[in-house]
Amino acid sequence: MAGVHVSTTVNGDPVEYVCPADESLLDVLRDRLGLTGAKEGCGTGDCGACSITLDGQLVCSCLVLGAEAEGKKITTVEGMADGENLHPLQRQFIDNAALQCGICTPGFLVAGKALLDRNPDPSVEEIRYALAGNLCRCTGYDKIVRAVQAAAKDLQKQKK
Amino acid sequence: MQHDQSYTGQDFKVVGSRPKRPDGIDKVTGRARYGADMSAPGQLVALMLRSPHAHARIVKIDTSKAEKLAGVKAVLTAADLPDLTNGNAGDYATLENCMARDRALYDGHAVAAVAAIDKSTAKKALKLIKVTYEKLDHVTDVDEALKQGAPQIQPACDGNLGGRYEFGHGDCEAGLKEADVVIEKSFKTGQTHQGYIEPHACLATVGPDGSGELWVTTQGHFTYRNVCATLLGMDIAKLKVTSSEIGGGFGGKTHVWIEPVALALARKANRPVKMVMSREEVFKASGPTCASSMDVKIGAKKDGTITSAFIECRYSDGAFPGIWGMLGGMTAWACYDLKNCQSVGVDVLVNRPKVAAYRAPSAPMMAFGVESTLDMLAKELDMDPVQLRLKNVAREGTQSSYGPVYGPIGIEPTLEAVRDHPHMKAKLGPNQGRGMACGFWFNIGGQTCSDLNIGVDGTVNLTVGTIDVGGARASLSLIAAEELGISYDDVKTTIGDTNSLGHNDTTEGSRGTFSSGMATIFAAREAIEVMKSRAAQMWDIPIEAVSWENGHAVATGAEHGNLPPLSLKEIAAESPTTGGPIAGHHEVTADGSGVSFASHIVDVEVDPETGRTQVLRYTVVQDAGKAIHPDYVEGQFQGGAAQGIGWALNEEYIYGEDGCLQNPGFLDYRIPVCSDLPFIDTKILEIPNPNHPYGIRGVGETSIVPPLAAIGNAVSNAAGVRMDQVPMSPPRILKALEQA
Ligand code: FES
Ligand code: FES
Repeated sequence: MAGVHVSTTVNGDPVEYVCPADESLLDVLRDRLGLTGAKEGCGTGDCGACSITLDGQLVCSCLVLGAEAEGKKITTVEGMADGENLHPLQRQFIDNAALQCGICTPGFLVAGKALLDRNPDPSVEEIRYALAGNLCRCTGYDKIVRAVQAAAKDLQKQKK
Repeated sequence: MQHDQSYTGQDFKVVGSRPKRPDGIDKVTGRARYGADMSAPGQLVALMLRSPHAHARIVKIDTSKAEKLAGVKAVLTAADLPDLTNGNAGDYATLENCMARDRALYDGHAVAAVAAIDKSTAKKALKLIKVTYEKLDHVTDVDEALKQGAPQIQPACDGNLGGRYEFGHGDCEAGLKEADVVIEKSFKTGQTHQGYIEPHACLATVGPDGSGELWVTTQGHFTYRNVCATLLGMDIAKLKVTSSEIGGGFGGKTHVWIEPVALALARKANRPVKMVMSREEVFKASGPTCASSMDVKIGAKKDGTITSAFIECRYSDGAFPGIWGMLGGMTAWACYDLKNCQSVGVDVLVNRPKVAAYRAPSAPMMAFGVESTLDMLAKELDMDPVQLRLKNVAREGTQSSYGPVYGPIGIEPTLEAVRDHPHMKAKLGPNQGRGMACGFWFNIGGQTCSDLNIGVDGTVNLTVGTIDVGGARASLSLIAAEELGISYDDVKTTIGDTNSLGHNDTTEGSRGTFSSGMATIFAAREAIEVMKSRAAQMWDIPIEAVSWENGHAVATGAEHGNLPPLSLKEIAAESPTTGGPIAGHHEVTADGSGVSFASHIVDVEVDPETGRTQVLRYTVVQDAGKAIHPDYVEGQFQGGAAQGIGWALNEEYIYGEDGCLQNPGFLDYRIPVCSDLPFIDTKILEIPNPNHPYGIRGVGETSIVPPLAAIGNAVSNAAGVRMDQVPMSPPRILKALEQA
C-alpha cells in the first residue's frame, strides 16, 4: 500500500511521517514516533486508554487515521508536563494514589485535562460522566475522581 | 541464616505512612514501559490464527501459501512445537492451550501463527493459511457438560469431570435433624474475565546459540521463564525474562498464552518478534474465570445456630481441568464455626477457554451461594443478617471447615465494624435495598528471593522478584526503610529480571507484600549484621558490643558507652576500606501467610421499569494484618469491590448456539465505568498475622469475594424477590419481578 505523507504538530513540535492510508494515529504515535504514552486497550474506541487531543478535541487515537492528522495539532500525555514541572493533574494523580497499574492513567490524564480546560469547577457527577469513556479496572475510580477534584482546586488557585 | 519470622509488635516509624510511589512520575508522564511499549531493531510482528469453531478436529493445516508471501519470516503450527513435557499433564495442557494439536477445543483456540515484517503482511499471511476442520459437537454449559452423552472434551477424563473435592466435618444429615428451619436453594454465576486494560504482549528474541530474552507483561516472570524453557527445550539459565510494567493482571497474567509461540517464532526466524493480543483475543483466549452452578442447604435452630451447612458448586474450567473446585470448596464455610459442614467443589470441562485465576479464584461463587442462603435464613428466622452471622462466626481456635484450626482472625471484628458502621443507619428510599455479605481468602507465601545493596552514600537498592501492579515498590521501600531505620526516600526498589535473582514464585495469592516484605526484612537484617561488624572494626571493639538502633550502630557496655553512634551513612562511607560493599540477601519459602476476611455493605436502587440497578453506597471492611501503605490497601479494597459489582450486575460471557463467544469486546462485555459507581468507602482493620515480623496478611483478593452476595442481598431486598443468578442484569431482574 502506498504511504501517505503527513505534516503535523505533536506536543508543539513539527513532525512529519509517512504511514499506510489505513494505519491508525495510535499506531503512528506508538510505532513510528516512539510515543508509547497512549496505550491500546481495545482498538475499538471502548476504553479510552489511547486518548489524545486533536486540535484541542479529545479523541480516541485508535479511531483516527494517521493520515487525518495532516495540518492538525496533536497533544499526548507526553506533552502534559511543562519541562520538569508536572501538570497539577499529574501531581494529584500521584498524591491521591489514583493509579494502581497505571495503564489507564495516560488516558485519564488527557481526558481529565480536557474536562478541566472546559469546565474548571466540575461537580463529582460531571467528573464521573466526563470520564465514563475511560476504563480503569484497578481502582474503582474512587481515587481518580478525588484526584481530578483536587487538581481542579489547584488550577483555580493558580489562576487567582 | 535463619531469622525469626514472628510478629515483633514494634512501633512503626515509616510503615503505615502514605508517601508518593517511586514509579509515579514515570506512570503519569507516559514514560513507564508496559508489555507492548518495547521494540527491538529488526523486530517482526507476530499474529495468531484462531479457531472459528467451538470444537473441531484439525484435519490439515496448509501453510505453504503464507510461507511464500514476501515479508513473511516464519510460520508456526503445533508441528513446530514437539511435546517436550515429559508426561507432566499441567505442562502439556499449557502447550496444547498455546497451540491446538489435533483438535481445536474452543472458539479462539490458537491453531497457527506467523511472524512478518509488519502487521499488514502478517494479516495477509493469516488469510493464506488454509485449515481444514471437521466440526465436532460442543458443549459450553457447566450442567449440560456433566450429562450422559455430552460431547467429551478431554479423552483422559471421566466424561467431562475434571475433579471432585470434598471438605468439611461433622454429619450434615444428623445436623438437619436438629434444625428448626431448613433453607435449600440453587444458584448460578456467569463467566467473567479479569478485564485488565493491558492486553497480553511480549517481545521475544532467541539466538541460534539457544539463548533468549523475553520482555513480557506478567505476574510471574520466573514462572514464565521456567514454563517457556520447558516447552521449547531451552536451558532455564539461558532465557532471561524481564517483567515489564504490568497493566493489570488479577490472576490472568499468571499463565503463559502467547509467549512460547513468540519465542518459537523468534527462534525460527532468528529475529526479534513482538506479539500483542487484540482485545478480542484477550476475551476469547485468555483468562477468564469459571461460570458456576451450585446447590446449598442450610439448617438452623430458632436462635440462629447453624446445625447443618452443605454446598456443592460445579465450576466450568474451560477445556482443561484445573483446581478451581478445590479452591472453592475450601473457602465455602470458612467464615463460620460449624458443627456440621460439607462443601463439594466440582471441576467440569466445557468448550470454553482455559480458566485462569481471577482474584481469590472460585471464592466469590461459593460466597454468593452461602451468603445469599444465609440472608434467606435470617429472613425466615426474622433475625438481623449481621446478628445471624455473628452468632455463628469463626474465631481464634475454631476448627475451620477446610482443615486448620484458626489463629487470631478478623471475621468477627469486620462484622462488628459493619454492625456499628454509619452506613447501616443511612436512610433508604423506595425501590432501594441494603445487603451485606462476608468473604474469606487464604493468601499464600511461596518462594521468594530479595537483594539489598547499600551504596557508599548510604542510599539503598532493594531488588525483588515479585511484580508491582499497584504500589508494591512503595510498600517494599517502606519496609526496607523501617528495618534499616532510614528514610523512605533513601530506598530505591527495583523489580529484578530472572538473571538477577533466584527464583520467585508468581505474584498471586496476595503474596507480594507478605513474602517479598519478609525477604526484605531478613535481607535488611543481614545487611545490619554486616554493618555492625564494620562498626566494630571502625571502633576496634568486639562485634558483640555493637547493637543496631534507629539506623545507627551503637556501642554497648560501660567501657564503650562514650563512643558516639555511627549512622548507616557513616558506615557506608567507610565501606570501601572496611571490607567492601555492604549487602544483604535472603531467600525463603515464605510460609505462615495470614488468612483474610472481609465484610461488605451495599445499598442499591432497582428501577422496576427498566430492571437497572444503581449502586448508591458501598463500604468495605477488611482485615489487612498491617497496612504498609494504606492508600494502596484501600485501592485493593476498592478495586476488588468494583470488579465484584461488575460481576454482580453486568459482566458475563455470552455463548451462542454455535458455541462461539458473542461479546468479546468492552462494548458488549461491559465493565463498570466511572459514572456507574459511587465512592467506595473503606475501613482497614489490623489484626496482626503472628507469623510475619510486621503482622502482614495480604490484601489483594478478599475484596472480590463478598460483592456478588452483598449486591444479591441488596437487590433482593430492594426488589422484594430473591435473586439467584448473577449477573443481575436488567432483563434478569425484570423477569424475576414478573415471576414474583
Ligand atoms: S484503544 Fe482506543 S479506545 Fe481503547
Ligand atoms: S490503574 Fe490499572 S487500569 Fe486503571
